[in-house]
Amino acid sequence: MAHNISATGDTTYALSLQQKLATLLGFVGLFILTLATFNTSFPNKTLWLTLSLGAICVGITWFSVNQYQNKTAGIKNDGVYINAFTSRGFWAWMLGIFLTGFYIVLYFYPQYLGLRENDNTGLIALFDPLSKLLSGNPASQWFVYGTLYTIAIVFFGVKFIYKYRHNHYQRLRTFSVMFFQLGFAFLIPEFMMRLNSESFALPYYDLKNIWPLNYYNFEQYRVDEFISAGSIGIALLIFGLASIFIITPILTYKYGKRWYCSWVCGCGGLAETAGDSFRHLSDKRLFAWKVERWVVHSVLVFVVLMTTAVVYSYLGDGSKGYWLTRDVFLIGVALLLTAVFAGVMIFKRNEFKKDAFYGATGYFIIILVLIGLHYFQGSQLFLFETETLRSTYGFLIGSIFAGVIGTGFYPIFGNRVWCRMGCPMAAILGFQQRLFSKFRITTNGGQCISCGNCSTYCEMGIDVRAYAQKGENIVRSSCVGCGICAAVCPRGVLKLENDSMKGRINSNDVLLGNDVDLMTLVNEK
Amino acid sequence: MQHIVIIGNGIAGITAARHIRKLSDNKITVISGETDYFFSRTALMYIYMGHMNYEHTKPYEDWFWEKNRIELKKAWVSKVTPEENKLTFANGETMHYDQLIIASGSKYNKFGWPGQDLKGVQGLYSKQDLDLLEENAPNNEVCKHAVIVGGGLIGIELAEMLSTRKIPVTFLVREHNFWDNVLPESDAILINNHIKEHHIDLRLGVNLKEILGDENGRAHAVIVEETGEEIPCNLVGLTAGVTPNIDFLKDSGIELGKGVKVNRYLKTNIENIYAIGDCAEQQEPTGNRKPVEAVWYTGRMMGEVVAQTICGNNMPYKPGHWFNSAKFFDIEYQTYGWVFSKPNEGESHFHWHHEDGKKGITICYETQSRKFLGINTFGIRLRHEVLDRWLTEGKSVEDVVANLHQANFDPEFYKRYEKQIQQEFTTEQKINV
Repeated sequence: MAHNISATGDTTYALSLQQKLATLLGFVGLFILTLATFNTSFPNKTLWLTLSLGAICVGITWFSVNQYQNKTAGIKNDGVYINAFTSRGFWAWMLGIFLTGFYIVLYFYPQYLGLRENDNTGLIALFDPLSKLLSGNPASQWFVYGTLYTIAIVFFGVKFIYKYRHNHYQRLRTFSVMFFQLGFAFLIPEFMMRLNSESFALPYYDLKNIWPLNYYNFEQYRVDEFISAGSIGIALLIFGLASIFIITPILTYKYGKRWYCSWVCGCGGLAETAGDSFRHLSDKRLFAWKVERWVVHSVLVFVVLMTTAVVYSYLGDGSKGYWLTRDVFLIGVALLLTAVFAGVMIFKRNEFKKDAFYGATGYFIIILVLIGLHYFQGSQLFLFETETLRSTYGFLIGSIFAGVIGTGFYPIFGNRVWCRMGCPMAAILGFQQRLFSKFRITTNGGQCISCGNCSTYCEMGIDVRAYAQKGENIVRSSCVGCGICAAVCPRGVLKLENDSMKGRINSNDVLLGNDVDLMTLVNEK
Repeated sequence: MQHIVIIGNGIAGITAARHIRKLSDNKITVISGETDYFFSRTALMYIYMGHMNYEHTKPYEDWFWEKNRIELKKAWVSKVTPEENKLTFANGETMHYDQLIIASGSKYNKFGWPGQDLKGVQGLYSKQDLDLLEENAPNNEVCKHAVIVGGGLIGIELAEMLSTRKIPVTFLVREHNFWDNVLPESDAILINNHIKEHHIDLRLGVNLKEILGDENGRAHAVIVEETGEEIPCNLVGLTAGVTPNIDFLKDSGIELGKGVKVNRYLKTNIENIYAIGDCAEQQEPTGNRKPVEAVWYTGRMMGEVVAQTICGNNMPYKPGHWFNSAKFFDIEYQTYGWVFSKPNEGESHFHWHHEDGKKGITICYETQSRKFLGINTFGIRLRHEVLDRWLTEGKSVEDVVANLHQANFDPEFYKRYEKQIQQEFTTEQKINV
């Protein structure tokens, strides 16, 4: 911590009068929501909801404009580690506790927000007018959450764009996450609900929310609804499968995982916009990287097992003459996993570190043994009841990890804890990015001065500097391609690019700038 | 197994230690009185500005040193006795070495100004200087006004630092434009304007006459030589360059000039003593390079080379093409090859400046042969590898201008200016590229 030894206190980074007023306005908006939560009955819900959300939106925008308007365009991280809010001070903890509490109520006690079977009350009732306007249905806790989530991405997105107004990469990708959140995650699913009737029903579907992030996408009730909704439903179901098995591999090969994680994804969108003030809090230690690799890949294995069990549970035994039987499915899964494992081990074996090799082999054997046990011993598939697997995943990963820890702890652990440690989609994308993608962050010869801005502001906790100061390109599974390392670099050392696979990882012992003979001698050893 | 002792844990000393460890099993000790661990000196400004904490400026985690068997000793060396292969520390302890590498860096210049030793007068080089600055200028109530003396890279960094805490700054620059002993005039003017845009009171072509102190021995004003003006202030930043930090080597028998004199093998006049980094003075400098180069990457390169020599692979220090970079407030600067402030005999400059006053390039070439000699860019990033290759290949200025897009290193989706640059070049030179 920088020590403030002045007797008068440091007023340098205090809020301006306008920022105080903007904060007040935003809090008035939140206060209306709080009153509604405690069952204050507002006479005209449409008016009060508009006032509340309007105050929040205007407050955020006003605050942001005032923060950057009198500053020249450029990197403005002044005071990030002096300001208590952005350096785990009192208000950071307060916000963390508030968000965590909000998520617990949202996931587990929605009745406190006013969720009722028939007529909603409280906060959820306040959102009824907006929900009815969009989908024709009364609001749910998820509608309230979705609305606030979208507001956060859009208006903190405005802040982010203004902060990085000199940087076109940052502006474009922020427009992109704002668009996908507002359109794909929020408006389109709501409008799709309007299509539903007694005889036709589509499941609520955010098209960009891809399995396994969307871990419930292939559950029975959804698949049933897709199938019963005729050709549109089938098209959506096929799109869901194509998203992960065709679209994702192609785009990740061409652009790296960033196409999803920092251009499309809603979790990433919130992290990049509302979470931007906390990006530097990620843990950069080597130890954290080791933990990350085990945890995120374990979640991936978990979601694969869980989904396999769930799909298996509702498939038939072939008596109805439908080709996709339990056996076909299970053998298909085993073959697919074997193909991926074998392909990687044959072609990319040298790129594995020892622990990654053991981890991959270990998990692969465990999955095959479990499937084998089921066949030859007739034991329960994956040892646990399918419903136990499903509900445990939903509770531990879907709710606690992604929501309570992932977002609630933004101000303490940084904004990408979920994306880094928990997201199975990120694990798949990252796996491909590391082994089979054109994307890399190129290091610019010998220009690095090891200042550490890149590592400090990496939200994924990658020690970017460790590579840059060796003149080595950065090719890491976890990199979401946000481009902030390249933005904060004072010497123009880093560039995100898509180029050929050849020479993507260029390990150097001696950097450009020194005697050519020495470079060749040492680097070619 | 030899005991290799390195004085200084900056980039030069640490690079040497790391490479010696890679190449050998020798015992390695790195000595520093400044900090326990290696940190990036160039990042000191970001600590004051609140972009980072001190912890973030350390490129290696603290366990790294023990794991790689690099011993660290926190002490100031007060004397070197080459006849006995012995170091003496400030506290009287001694240490034996078999090979000694001096990498003791620089200290900031004081040119004998009256009042230069008053409280509130300081430079910015070491971690201690940063701590002192935090005391002298924590905010704009304690430090109501600051004066910076010397218009170089550290001067402008200090101006930026202080301005983030809303401390009004008067910046005294001896040259007629900021850093115009290095930058061509039009480039220097671009930076002048940018400095003023940040509300810095930039005074060009002036010198410091003296610093006035109050009854407590604390600076309270400076007097400008040319105008006699008295400028009240609570902080005087001395940023008029640095010199090798070699006072502790006086009378050691090691040959000293401005710095520690070394040959092409970075060896001093004594067989088992080497000097690298800021403190080394090359007896035969390479090309246009100066004998003493206080630059981050030359320190690193000397560390790489000296490690080879010490581990038995005798290797001369041969830096490649000159390059460097800096950031002036929001404007990034890169340079590759040689672009002098005024073209030498037989050389010409081509300039292009964007109308927003924040981007520009200057290309230097041989007037007759059209050979490309060097390039400065402002607000545009270039690819080191490409420029280095072009310089080696001796490309013509036309080739460089025509292929500038190949060298662009700006982030994706940035606006590109190659076409504008080519157009201006064609119009000005009346030729097609």
